[in-house]
Amino acid sequence: MAVTGAVMLLYLLVHMLGNLKIFYGRESFDEYAHWLRSIGVPALHGAWFLWLMRAVLTVAVVLHATSAYQLSRRDLKARPQKYSHRQRLEASYAVNTMRYGGIIIALFIIYHLLDFTALTLNRNGVEGAAYDNVVSSFSVWWVTLFYIIAMLALGLHIHHGFWSAARTLGVHSAAREKNLKIGATVLAVLIAAGFMVVPIAVLAGLVD
Amino acid sequence: MNLTLRIWRQRGPEDRGAMVTYELADVSPDMSFLEMLDVLNERLILEGEDPVAFDHDCREGICGMCGMVINGQAHGPRDRTTTCQLHMREFADGDVIDVEPWRAAAFPVMRDLVVDRSGFDRIIGSGGYISVVTGSAPEAHSTPVPKPIADAAFDNATCIGCGACVAACPNGSAMLFTSAKVTHLNLLPQGAPERESRVRDMVAQMDEEGFGGCTNTGECTVACPKGIPLTSIGNLNREYLRALTKR
Ligand code: HEM
Ligand code: SF4
Ligand code: FES
Repeated sequence: MAVTGAVMLLYLLVHMLGNLKIFYGRESFDEYAHWLRSIGVPALHGAWFLWLMRAVLTVAVVLHATSAYQLSRRDLKARPQKYSHRQRLEASYAVNTMRYGGIIIALFIIYHLLDFTALTLNRNGVEGAAYDNVVSSFSVWWVTLFYIIAMLALGLHIHHGFWSAARTLGVHSAAREKNLKIGATVLAVLIAAGFMVVPIAVLAGLVD
Repeated sequence: MNLTLRIWRQRGPEDRGAMVTYELADVSPDMSFLEMLDVLNERLILEGEDPVAFDHDCREGICGMCGMVINGQAHGPRDRTTTCQLHMREFADGDVIDVEPWRAAAFPVMRDLVVDRSGFDRIIGSGGYISVVTGSAPEAHSTPVPKPIADAAFDNATCIGCGACVAACPNGSAMLFTSAKVTHLNLLPQGAPERESRVRDMVAQMDEEGFGGCTNTGECTVACPKGIPLTSIGNLNREYLRALTKR
């Protein structure tokens, strides 16, 4: 869970920063989208880098989901009976939404790929016209709303996930506890907010 | 004080069990929680009913026997306090108090509030020991231990094996208990010979017993009467990774 999570986290950070290029205008963004398809040329051929990246991400997502499923099954089995008096839970909201949040994010990724990568659900749907494709989707309020909900779920997921992964990988200690918590919060806010400004800007008419 | 108690009654491992309500009058605020249950049991015996079965031994917070979940909290509402050290002044006149056994698949209920915690014994048996030369006690200064290490080992050694961490964990995980034992022994020179096999075997036994996996929710450390910190779990993971990469 921790290793695959870290891989996806790294990707998200880069992806989020890349998306912000939309504020530099249509040309800049489309050029960037095109560049993504030609990274590594001439050492690599055509979109090889992109495909390599897709392969790594797919493996990460599949392994992450599989271990989440196995872990959840094991944990539900280990605690079959609830207390009749509600437990006072100390854990934060983020901790308690890891499972549902993960499912929301997974559904989002499917929708997102159909929207911007496969373009099947995109209203503009012109290959290579990334800028117009993004604007056409986020001009619809409910797409933006779903997007924002998914990003909030993602932020919460990262908030607990980052810190939890640090403990799983044993890099966590009493001295680092505070810094890791701050790091988790900063990362979660940065990534969620960074992704959210794009659809909000589109809906507000700042990007069109 | 007058109290309404709702207590889990279960005749044996196979019985389904249910919460049963008892009214208890004239409870002194200076009684411990277990003394309050003693008073209830005396009355039940006089009335010809079965007394409520619960575990206890030292009644001074050091043996770890007296676990029960009180109003949804392992060992009741007071921080860092075992049930035997909890006093009735923590409650108010007229309170309704729910008393339940530890709930975890690896801790099956034997009767009423008594659960079978022998899974913990088997985890200890798999690696929670050190190999020593038997005979006369060694000279205390023959193995110097730096103060910070001795302190950290001692903090982890205070775990009394009560099982509150498992009871509080939504995953029924025994990570806090196991991490306290591994951290305690792996920090010390006396524990060094079995450093790798200890962590590997204890984690394997923990999984074998049917305890759940840790998701770092942190309920355990809040419930722990000895304040074993979550950082011990980080240390267990570090020791485990270290043992995996070392033959
Ligand atoms: C403002 C927010 C976002 C925008 C504007 C955005 C936009 C895009 C675009 C345009 C693509 C297609 C890139 C291409 O042309 O190949 C893409 C791909 C992708 N996005 Fe996002 N995205 C956003 C947020 C996210 C988030 C939060 C996630 C993860 C949960 C995510 C996961 C992916 C994945 C997995 C791909 C597929 C990569 C591939 O092509 O294999 N995106 N995104
Ligand atoms: S870690 Fe704390 S709660 Fe768990 S068994 Fe030890 S003393 Fe009890
Ligand atoms: S009876 Fe020994 S710790 Fe409570």
